[in-house]
Amino acid sequence: MKVLKDRIFKLFVIFCSLTSILPLLFIFFTIFKKGITSINLEFFISLPKPPGEIGGGILNAIVGTMLLLFFSSLISIPLGIFLGIFLYEFRYEKIGWFCNILIDVLQGIPSIVIGIVIYLWIVKKMEHFSAISGAFALSLIFLPIIIKTTKETFEMIPFSLIESSLALGATYPRSVIKVLLPCAINGILSGILVGFGRIAGETAPLLFTAFGNPFLNFNILKPVSSLPHLIFTYTMSPYENWHRKAWGCSLVLILFIFILNFISKFRLKRWKVKF
Amino acid sequence: MISEKIYKRIIATGGVLIVGLLLSIFFTLFINSMPSIKKFGFKFLINKTWDPVFGNFGALPFVLGTLLTSVVSLIISIPFSLSLSLFISEYYRDRFFSKIFEIFVEILAVIPSVIFGLWALFYLAPIVRNIQIKLSLPPTGVSILTASLVLSIMIIPYATSVGKEVIKLVPYDLKEAGFSFGATHYEVIRKVVFPYAKSGIFAGFLLSFGRAIGETMAVTMVIGNSNFLTFNIFHPANTISSLIANEFLEAVENIHISVLIELAFILFIITLIVNFIANFIIKKMRVSL
Repeated sequence: MKVLKDRIFKLFVIFCSLTSILPLLFIFFTIFKKGITSINLEFFISLPKPPGEIGGGILNAIVGTMLLLFFSSLISIPLGIFLGIFLYEFRYEKIGWFCNILIDVLQGIPSIVIGIVIYLWIVKKMEHFSAISGAFALSLIFLPIIIKTTKETFEMIPFSLIESSLALGATYPRSVIKVLLPCAINGILSGILVGFGRIAGETAPLLFTAFGNPFLNFNILKPVSSLPHLIFTYTMSPYENWHRKAWGCSLVLILFIFILNFISKFRLKRWKVKF
Repeated sequence: MISEKIYKRIIATGGVLIVGLLLSIFFTLFINSMPSIKKFGFKFLINKTWDPVFGNFGALPFVLGTLLTSVVSLIISIPFSLSLSLFISEYYRDRFFSKIFEIFVEILAVIPSVIFGLWALFYLAPIVRNIQIKLSLPPTGVSILTASLVLSIMIIPYATSVGKEVIKLVPYDLKEAGFSFGATHYEVIRKVVFPYAKSGIFAGFLLSFGRAIGETMAVTMVIGNSNFLTFNIFHPANTISSLIANEFLEAVENIHISVLIELAFILFIITLIVNFIANFIIKKMRVSL
């Protein structure tokens, strides 16, 4: 009886574990099956067409996502590394501990709330939607990821490294910039890649900021489309061939995110500083 | 080269930045929801009508919808995430299989929610519709249950990643003592592993609960967007986040916008509390994630 219970429980655990990855495999399978049919060269290099017409592509969304990623990293990478250094320097003090909690809070804010905040801060002031407001919204999601990886990578580096730099006569700030940062840069980079993968798929904060745009746009003061936003609008539309576009777009997005995560994993192994 | 004193001072501005950023987020939401708080007060939370045309707003259907969706999704996901954590860190610890499952769980965490929504709308909704037809309910397909199902898949990684770490922390000698008494593996898990790791596992569930509350896109796509109060999980409803996603850009009147911002503020406060407790427990257990 005892042994039987043990066996049943183990089988139950294995069964549940297997079933919980089934949806994942199923999602992959459907995205590949449905997405691959709508992907061709035209899909990447042309603009969307009205629902009735055949053809058209997602160039506007690809350009939009690239713009958003570029400008949000311009904002959040330097700021994030700076704030990461701050948390590292003050890690034994009350203020550092408190700010650490605040960063956790920032990371936990639902992305739709961030969308509203940026709407109130920027869109309302500018009186129209813009790519730059979308970039700011994504930065608020990107920032905590960079801050955390920066701080954690710094903490992994032994203090003796800084001490030896100080012993050579370098000032403390100089040793941080010339010794600590180069050592940590690989870890930070992999964090940035993971963050890219995360914000590339964010839709909710873009609804009220970048807004979406069916035309090609390079102006950051005008609204732009993005891959996840395009998937959302196309999915909610009643048109059959827009649904197909949404599947194709999902395949592109998911491959993009996988490549980013794969590089980060792969590099992380190669770059990991061992002491 | 800048001296140490100036360096410290420059770095210290980071603290001002972080505190300022969080405070300004908080006060932006608070000040902009002031008109609504003034007009409706606490009755806002128990009023069940939502009528933008006549300016009568109540949050009850959405607060309830949010709680219902996330609780149901949490209940569905508990056996699966618990099994996955046991599988990875107890039964097949450090073996080939557990590595594969760990990778799967990580992949699950990086899929964008809009893709989950797309998949759920075309594959989960028809399944739910069949159930609804069998129960002779209106066959909408989109409902609280559909949203909970897709959410339960999405939140598995959060509970699993915490659960597997705390289960790994259970000392070997405690488990071996259990085995030496002739206990089966199941008994050891129930009597030794769970009591030792329970607060960490609980924190993992809280984290995924907080995640489920704030999730927007996948829920918006499959919950059906109905603004009426309902307790039936087969009916369409709305959560706070899906309501905001649907109505924020369509709101014209100031009071309507303010009400939506107040809902965002409520959402912010709820997730803040849930995440705070979860993080507190995790930090106390010194789990490295």
